[in-house]
Amino acid sequence: MAAYDYEDAPGTYDETSATQRQASSGAPPSQDLGYDPNFVPDSVKSFVVHLYRHIREKNVYEIHQMYETSFQTLSDRLFKDTPWPSVDAVAHYVDNDHVFCLLYREMWFRHLYARLSPTLKQRIDSWDNYCSLFQVVLHGVVNMQLPNQWLWDMVDEFVYQFQSFCQYRAKMKNKTEQEIALLRQFDQAWNVYGVLNFLQALVEKSMIIQILEHEKEGLEQFTATDGYDYNGGSNVLKVLGYFSMVGLLRVHCLLGDYHTGLKCLQPIDITQQGVYTTVIGSHISTIYHYGFANLMLRRYVEAIREFNKILLYIYKTKQYHQKSPQYEQILKKNEQMYALLAISLSLCPQVKLVEETVNSQLREKYGEKMIRMQRYDDEAFAIYDELFSYACPKFITPSPPSFEEPLVNYNQDAYRLQLKLFLYEVKQQQLLSGIRTFLKVYSSISLAKLASYMEVDESKLRTILLTYKHKTHAVDTDGKIISNADVDFYIDDVRFLLLSSILLMENLCKVTKFQGRICRKSSKFDLMSETRTPWALVSFDFS
Amino acid sequence: MGREVPQQQQQQVALAVEQLLAVNPYNPDMLSDLENYVNEQVSSQTYNLDANLCLLRIYQFEPDRMSTQIVARILVKALMAMPSPDFGLCLFLIPERVQMEEQFKTLIVLSHYLETGRFSQFWDEASKNRHIVEAVPGFEQAIQAYAIHVLSLTYQRVPRSVLAEAINIEGLSLDKFLEHHVANSGWILEKGHGRGQLIVLPRNEFNHPELKKSTDDGIPLEHVARIFPILG
Repeated sequence: MAAYDYEDAPGTYDETSATQRQASSGAPPSQDLGYDPNFVPDSVKSFVVHLYRHIREKNVYEIHQMYETSFQTLSDRLFKDTPWPSVDAVAHYVDNDHVFCLLYREMWFRHLYARLSPTLKQRIDSWDNYCSLFQVVLHGVVNMQLPNQWLWDMVDEFVYQFQSFCQYRAKMKNKTEQEIALLRQFDQAWNVYGVLNFLQALVEKSMIIQILEHEKEGLEQFTATDGYDYNGGSNVLKVLGYFSMVGLLRVHCLLGDYHTGLKCLQPIDITQQGVYTTVIGSHISTIYHYGFANLMLRRYVEAIREFNKILLYIYKTKQYHQKSPQYEQILKKNEQMYALLAISLSLCPQVKLVEETVNSQLREKYGEKMIRMQRYDDEAFAIYDELFSYACPKFITPSPPSFEEPLVNYNQDAYRLQLKLFLYEVKQQQLLSGIRTFLKVYSSISLAKLASYMEVDESKLRTILLTYKHKTHAVDTDGKIISNADVDFYIDDVRFLLLSSILLMENLCKVTKFQGRICRKSSKFDLMSETRTPWALVSFDFS
Repeated sequence: MGREVPQQQQQQVALAVEQLLAVNPYNPDMLSDLENYVNEQVSSQTYNLDANLCLLRIYQFEPDRMSTQIVARILVKALMAMPSPDFGLCLFLIPERVQMEEQFKTLIVLSHYLETGRFSQFWDEASKNRHIVEAVPGFEQAIQAYAIHVLSLTYQRVPRSVLAEAINIEGLSLDKFLEHHVANSGWILEKGHGRGQLIVLPRNEFNHPELKKSTDDGIPLEHVARIFPILG
């Protein structure tokens, strides 16, 4: 995976580097200084010759070594701030092999995006290269066996470059005439239909959904071999198809279509290990987007559970990735997911779902903010805003700009809309934390009393209680109601003589024994104060 | 699209669109089919969220082709799908400047009342905007069903007045309504004390927490099953 910061500058939504090189669109400004695209150092010659040979010999281990290590080492040593030699300059070392040249160019652009700023022309060329590469995979007969890491990086980079293009295009204000002309001319480059259709075609053509189904019945192996084919076949289409499901999830999240995104991921069972967990970048991207989509769908428990698992996993394994080019990415996503976990737990305080280690990390990072988030005042909303903006995906507007004057920037529109709708949701839930506090203390209380404690009238209290029930009970994909409630209650509106309605609460929180005892004690205490309701059925079910 | 369309033909439209969606969910040429399908859903009182999201997606990709009338219908249908979060899902895909239009502002307010359990305010607001909601058959019934859903999550016994307010039915109509539910949904009417009737709502795991299977503490069978081979 490239070392770019793919969710860079959260909240500000500015690709500074991209704006700096607006001046010229045709020739890259810094890239051509002292850079001769036709000069091929010996080490590069040797690199392509060996890589080509290993690919022909289907030596996945060696390919992986060269791809992960040699490419990075050479990039650090020779191409820190220039592109690699052009494909034309290396082609004759590799028999002008068409597919190898496409792969080389894919890496070439990836390196360029990571270390330099692509020009519009380069963005368009990279799109063309992906088209040719995917066409070959989809229609040609590819017999290569490539490492999962590389295949994941292809899908990941493809989606990243799409996102980057949309951000770039949406900043119309300082585009030159030349750039606008290019944008009009190549209006198919990074077209959203094209992007989605490529990913969808890879999923379909690879038959990956059927393969995963067959695997469940024991008819086929995929996960067991990490997606590789030990019988001499190619893994490329299958694994690209597999990762494309994660790619589709991500694209749909970028578009704000969480429901469709999750649907695309459905064939992958994320409660189990799978090929997606064999590459750390894919593992993280899958869970990050899965968790985020669930958060937006109000399925907090699901989001918390998955964030918890992956954060624990990262905590335990990150030392092994310290030297990897993905290390910074891992740390960044790690931090973002802690922020999302803080949001999820503030809306749905199910701390028992969170491991001790993750919890202590969380308290360290966001403990103080989380306390303030409970207050639901302006400051609390500002924190929700801050954490969301920091941790959300980099939303895009997929439609092309209007080229009519005046040219306006619209790169923040999508982000602002998602943020606004999210904060709207938070506001709808603002009275629930008050209810929670009382639910935890009382095992039964009359509505009138609770209303007076909360300083609202009884009918208002009833609406708050309905809101609590509605917001804590999500609908899952099958239309089933799932409870996200940390504490729950029910109202039994028996009216008798002068007694007012009674709110019976079942404290469902499966807290530790210790806390359980406290609950029970305080409930007994409250019961005493309420004993003038002798017929009231009060149950202590602290299962 | 009208009510005179024969049922068989309606089913064909639905089937055709679902097939198109299955073949290629990212096809801009489906726009008019999907728009027709929205009208179809309105007149035949059916609902297909995936198809509607697909249409909103095409609008998102090509804003010039957007029909705000169709968007409004999709949103009303989404409100009717409460407690599912469909209304919010649709809003995520509709540009903010479109949401500023009067009819959408109204729908957003209506959704807000439903999301926060304020049914009396909801019915007030809805009655002021009959032209929007009455264009879609089954609207009232759908919202009433949602209201009953939330009440059933919350109450074991609910006072008649609270129910009446939530579903916006009173007097004799309410008696009929209750009668129907006593016969079909297992409701029981109790004589209340002092202030009128009480309705005992059917038991479920949300209003009778003791019915909830305590899955959290238990060990799922799959986990135990893993050690069976070793034990054997």
